[in-house]
Amino acid sequence: MEIFNITGIIPIILFASFLFTGLAGGRLKPMVSGITGTLSIFIVTAVSYYTAYKYFFEFGKAGNEYIKIIPFNLMWLQFNDTLFINMGILLDPISVMMLIVISTVSLMVHLYSLGYMKGETGFARFYSFLSLFTFSMISLVISTNLFQTYIFWELVGISSYLLIGYYYSKPSAVAASKKAFIVTRFADLGFLIGILILSYITKTFEYTTLTDPNGSAINQGSSVLFLGLSAMNVTLILIFIGCAGKSAMFPLHIWLPDAMEGPTPVSALIHAATMVVAGVYLIARLFPLYIFSGADALNVIAFIGTFTSLFAALIATTQMDIKRILAFSTISQIGFMIMSLGVSGYGDTNGLGFTASMFHLFTHAMFKALLFLCAGAVIHAIHLNNLNEMGGLRKYLPVTHITFLIACLAISGIPPFSGFFSKDEILTAAFAKNKLIFTTALITAGITAFYMFRLYFGIFWNKEVKYDKTPHEAPKTMTTALIILAVGSAITGFIPFGNFVSSNGVPLESHIHFEIAIPAVITALVGIFVAYIFYKKENNLPVRVSSAVGGLYGIIYRKFFIDEIYIFITKGLIFRFISGPVVWFDRHIVDGTMNGIAFITNLVSEKIKYFQSGQVQQYAYVMLSGIIIIVITVIYILSNL
Amino acid sequence: MTIDQFLLMKNEILLIAIAVIVLIIDLMTDNKKILFPVMIILFIFTTVIGFIYQTDGELFGGMYRSTPLINMMKNILNTGVLIILLQSAGWLINKAENHENIGGFCFILISSLAGMCFMISSGDFLMFYLGLELATIPIAALVAYEKMKFLSAEAGTKFILSAVLSSGILLYGISILYGTNGSILFKDLNNSVEITNLQALAFIFILSGIAFKISLVPFHLWTADVYEGAPVNITSFLSSISKAASVFILLILLFTVFINFSEIWNELLVYLSILTMTIGNLFAIRQQNLKRFLAFSSIAQAGFIPLGFIGGTSLGASTVLYFLLIYVFSNLGAFGVVSVVTSATGKESMNDYNGFYKTNRGLSIVMMLSLFSLAGIPPVAGFFSKFFLFTIAAKQGYYFLLFIAVINATISLYYYLLVVKAMFINENEQPIEKITSDVYAKLGLAICVLGIVFTGLFGIIFDYINTLSKGI
Repeated sequence: MEIFNITGIIPIILFASFLFTGLAGGRLKPMVSGITGTLSIFIVTAVSYYTAYKYFFEFGKAGNEYIKIIPFNLMWLQFNDTLFINMGILLDPISVMMLIVISTVSLMVHLYSLGYMKGETGFARFYSFLSLFTFSMISLVISTNLFQTYIFWELVGISSYLLIGYYYSKPSAVAASKKAFIVTRFADLGFLIGILILSYITKTFEYTTLTDPNGSAINQGSSVLFLGLSAMNVTLILIFIGCAGKSAMFPLHIWLPDAMEGPTPVSALIHAATMVVAGVYLIARLFPLYIFSGADALNVIAFIGTFTSLFAALIATTQMDIKRILAFSTISQIGFMIMSLGVSGYGDTNGLGFTASMFHLFTHAMFKALLFLCAGAVIHAIHLNNLNEMGGLRKYLPVTHITFLIACLAISGIPPFSGFFSKDEILTAAFAKNKLIFTTALITAGITAFYMFRLYFGIFWNKEVKYDKTPHEAPKTMTTALIILAVGSAITGFIPFGNFVSSNGVPLESHIHFEIAIPAVITALVGIFVAYIFYKKENNLPVRVSSAVGGLYGIIYRKFFIDEIYIFITKGLIFRFISGPVVWFDRHIVDGTMNGIAFITNLVSEKIKYFQSGQVQQYAYVMLSGIIIIVITVIYILSNL
Repeated sequence: MTIDQFLLMKNEILLIAIAVIVLIIDLMTDNKKILFPVMIILFIFTTVIGFIYQTDGELFGGMYRSTPLINMMKNILNTGVLIILLQSAGWLINKAENHENIGGFCFILISSLAGMCFMISSGDFLMFYLGLELATIPIAALVAYEKMKFLSAEAGTKFILSAVLSSGILLYGISILYGTNGSILFKDLNNSVEITNLQALAFIFILSGIAFKISLVPFHLWTADVYEGAPVNITSFLSSISKAASVFILLILLFTVFINFSEIWNELLVYLSILTMTIGNLFAIRQQNLKRFLAFSSIAQAGFIPLGFIGGTSLGASTVLYFLLIYVFSNLGAFGVVSVVTSATGKESMNDYNGFYKTNRGLSIVMMLSLFSLAGIPPVAGFFSKFFLFTIAAKQGYYFLLFIAVINATISLYYYLLVVKAMFINENEQPIEKITSDVYAKLGLAICVLGIVFTGLFGIIFDYINTLSKGI
C-alpha cells in the first residue's frame, strides 16, 4: 500500500545517522553527533507513530481482521526458482507495535544520554552505535523473511557487543562484551541450523508463506520425521535456542547480568526494552508454525519460560548491585512473556496468552526502561551502584524517586499501573492451560514485588548515608525522559491491547479477570509488605533471615553456581579433552607440514636462481629444451590415447 | 564491401587514426604539452565507443572476425592501455629526457595495441601472425625507450632476440599446419586438423610461440631481464596487456582450431600450469626489487590461467576472460603505484616502502587493494576470479592441479603480504616523503580501484561475460 512507502525511510534515516556520526563524528563537536542522532530518532519516532496510526485505524484491516502488508520486497539473492532471499518491509500488528516500542524507548534513551553521557570520551561513537543498534533492531522487526531477520539479528548482536564494551579500557567491560557475544553467538548457531532445516523442509524463508495456517509450510512440515520426532519440532526448538540466547532464557542467561558493564542508557535500551525481547518477538512472529506443527516445542518453551522467571526472581532477591538486580528482574519478566506464549492457543480467547505476552512486552519496555534510567540517574548522582552504600536519596532526587516508585508499582502489578493489566492476562492464560505454571507464576509475581521494593526502599529510604558530595537531581534532558516514560508506565495499561494484537489478527475483547486479579494483587501486596518490614528502616532482620537459611542463601547469592558450571564444562572438559588434542594436532602436524613446505620452497628457490643467468643464449637453450621435453610428453600422451 | 562491414574494424581504425594524429601533432608543433591531453581525450572516446557500439561479423573471407566476446576483450585491452597511458603521464611529462619523445612513445604504444586488436580478431594464421608482429616489434622499441640506460638497452636487445626465436618457432608450426591441411583459415582447420604426429608437432610449436608471450615456464626466462630493464609502464604493459591479449588468442586457438587436440592440451596445460605457478612463485619470493617482484608474480599469475582452459567449456572461457579483466585492474593498480613512486623518487626496493603508509595513505591503500586482489583475498575482485578458476578445475576433476594451485596461492599470499607489511607495519626512520601525483595518475589509479572493488561484487559482470562466451 502506497501510504506505507514512507515507512521505508526509517531504516535509511537511521543508517545515514550511523554513517554520519560514525565517520564524521570524531571531527565535530561531540554535541553535534548527539543532536544528529536524537533528531534522526525523533523523525523515526514520528514516522513510526504515523505508520501505526495508519495501520491500526485506517488501512490495516481487511474485513474484521488485521492483515500483513508488504510495502516493499526486493529480491536480493536467488538460490533456485523457489528458494530466494528477499529484503523488504512487513507490517502487521506485532511489527507495528514493535516499531512504536523501539522508537519510543530509543528516543527517550537518546534524549537521556545527552545528559548522562555528557563529557564521556567517545560521545560520538556512543551515538553512532546507538543509531546502528536502532537501525538493526527496527530492520529486524520489519523483516519479511527469516533470513533477513537473521542478518539483523546478528547486527543487533554486534551493536550490543560494541555498546557493552563501550568502556573498552575497563577489563571487566571487555570480558562482559566478549561473554555476551560468545554466548549469544553460540545460541545463534542453533538458530542458523534451525533456519536451514526449516528452509529445507518448507522451501521458503518468507514469513507470509511460513505462517499461513492453511499454507503449504505448515501442512507439509508435520509429516517429516527426524530421530523419531517430528522434524518441525526439532527445528522450532533450534530456533528457540537462538531466541533463548538473545532473550537470556535459562541456561543461556549468564551474559545479561554481566552486560550491565555497559553505560546505563544502553542497558535500558538494549538489555531491558528491545534487543532482549527479540526472542519473544521471533516466537510470536512464527507463532502459527509453533501452534500447528510444534506443539511439543511450545510446551518446552512454556516450561523454560516459567522456570527462568522463578529462577531469576530468586537470584534478584539476593543481589547487591542495583543494575544487576534489574538485569535479573528483566530475565524474570522475559520468562513471563515466553511462558505466556508457551501456554497460548490460537484464535479467539484461546489466543489470550499471545496477546498477553505482547502486551507485557509493551508495558515492560516502558517500565523497565524507566527503572534503568532511574538507576542511571541514581548512579549519575552518587557514582555508586552498590545497594549497601546508598539510602535516603528521596530528599535529593525527588523526580527520580517518584518515577521509580511508579515503575516499581507497575512491575509489581498493582492497579491501575500498566503491569497489572498485562500480568493479569498472562496469569489468566496460564491458569487456563496448566495449574503448575500458574502457581509458579503467581509466586514469582510475589517475589517480584518483594525484590523491587527491596530495591526501592534500599535506594530511597533505609539508612541515611553521608555522601562525599551532596547528590543533586539529574539535568533536564534526563528527567524529561523519566517523566515521559513514567506517564507511559502509568497509563499504557488502559490500552485495549487485544483489539490490536491477537494471535490470528481478529480483535480480541479483553477484560479484567477478577478471580485471578485479586489473588495476584494480594500476593504482590504481601511481597511489598515484607519488603517494607525488612528495608524501610535499617534493621538487622534481613541479616537474621539470611543467616537462618544459611546455605540456601549462599547458593542463591552465587546465582546457583551456573557460571561456575559453565567454566567447568568449557575449561575443565572441552578445553582439556577436545581443544587440547586439536591444538596439538594443529601445532605439530598442520604447522609442521606448512613449515616444511616453506622450508622446501626456500631451498628450491635458492637452488634454481642460477637458471636466471642473464645470458640470452642460455634462455634460447632452455626454451628449445623445453620444446623437446614437451614433444616427448606429447608423444607419451599420444601413445596412451 | 560496404561501409558497415568496414566499421567492423572500428576499434583498429580509430586506434591507428589516433596514432597518426599523435604523430602529426608531434611533427607539427614544438609545444608538446597539448599532445598528451588530446591523445587521452581521443583514447577515452575510442574506449567508450567500444563499449556502446557492438559489432558482429566477418571480413576478408573470414580473415578478420568480430564477435561480442572479441569486442569485450578489446574493451578490456583499451581500458588497460588507457590506464597505462594515464600512469605514464608523470614519467613522460616531468622528465626532460622522456619529454622529447612523448609523441613517439604514444605512437608506438598505440600501434602495438592496434596489433593486438588485429591479432585477437584474426580468423586465419596470416592475420594472426601479422597482428602478433605488429604488437611485438613496437614493444621492443619501447623496452629500449630509455636508451641511455644500460639496462634498458640491454633489455630491448634481449627482448628482440628472444621474440625472433619464438616467432621463428611459431612460423615453423604454422607452415607445417599449412602443409598438412592446405589452409590457414581457422574455420577450415577446425574441421581438418586431426591427431597425427606431424600436426601434433605443429601444435606444439604454435603453443610454444604463444606461451613465450604469456611467459609460461619454460619460455619465461626473458621476462626477468626485460621486465627489470624496461621502464615501469612498459613492464606493466608487457605483464598485463600483452599477456592478456596472448592468453585470449590462445583460448581462441585451443577452443576452435585445436579442439580435436583437447585431450593433449588438457594434459599439457596441467603440467605447464603447475610448472609456471610454482617456478614463478619460487622466483618471486626472493625478490627485493618491487618491479622485478611484480614481474615474477605476474608469471605465477599466468600459471593460474590454464585452469580455466581445462575441459574446453564456454564457462571456462568466460572465467578466463573474467580473470584477465580483474588481473588487468589489479596488476595495473600495483604497477601504477610503483610507477608513481619511481618517477617521483627513483626508489624501487621493497625496503624503501617501509613506513609508506605513514606518509602516503592513499597510495598505500591502492597498493594494498591491488595486492589483495592479486593474492585473492575476499571481498576484492581477485578472490572471485581465482575462486571461479578453481571451480572450473574442480568440476573437471583435476584435484591434484587444484591442490598445487591452492598451495601456490598461499605462497603468493605470503610475498604479497610482505609488501603490505612493509608499507603498514614496518618502521622506517626516513620513509618515502609525501608524493603528490598528477591528475592523470590519480584518474588511472581510481579506475583500477573501482575495477578491483566493484568487478567482484557485481555478479552481473560475470553473467554478462558468460552470455558473450557462448559464441566463441
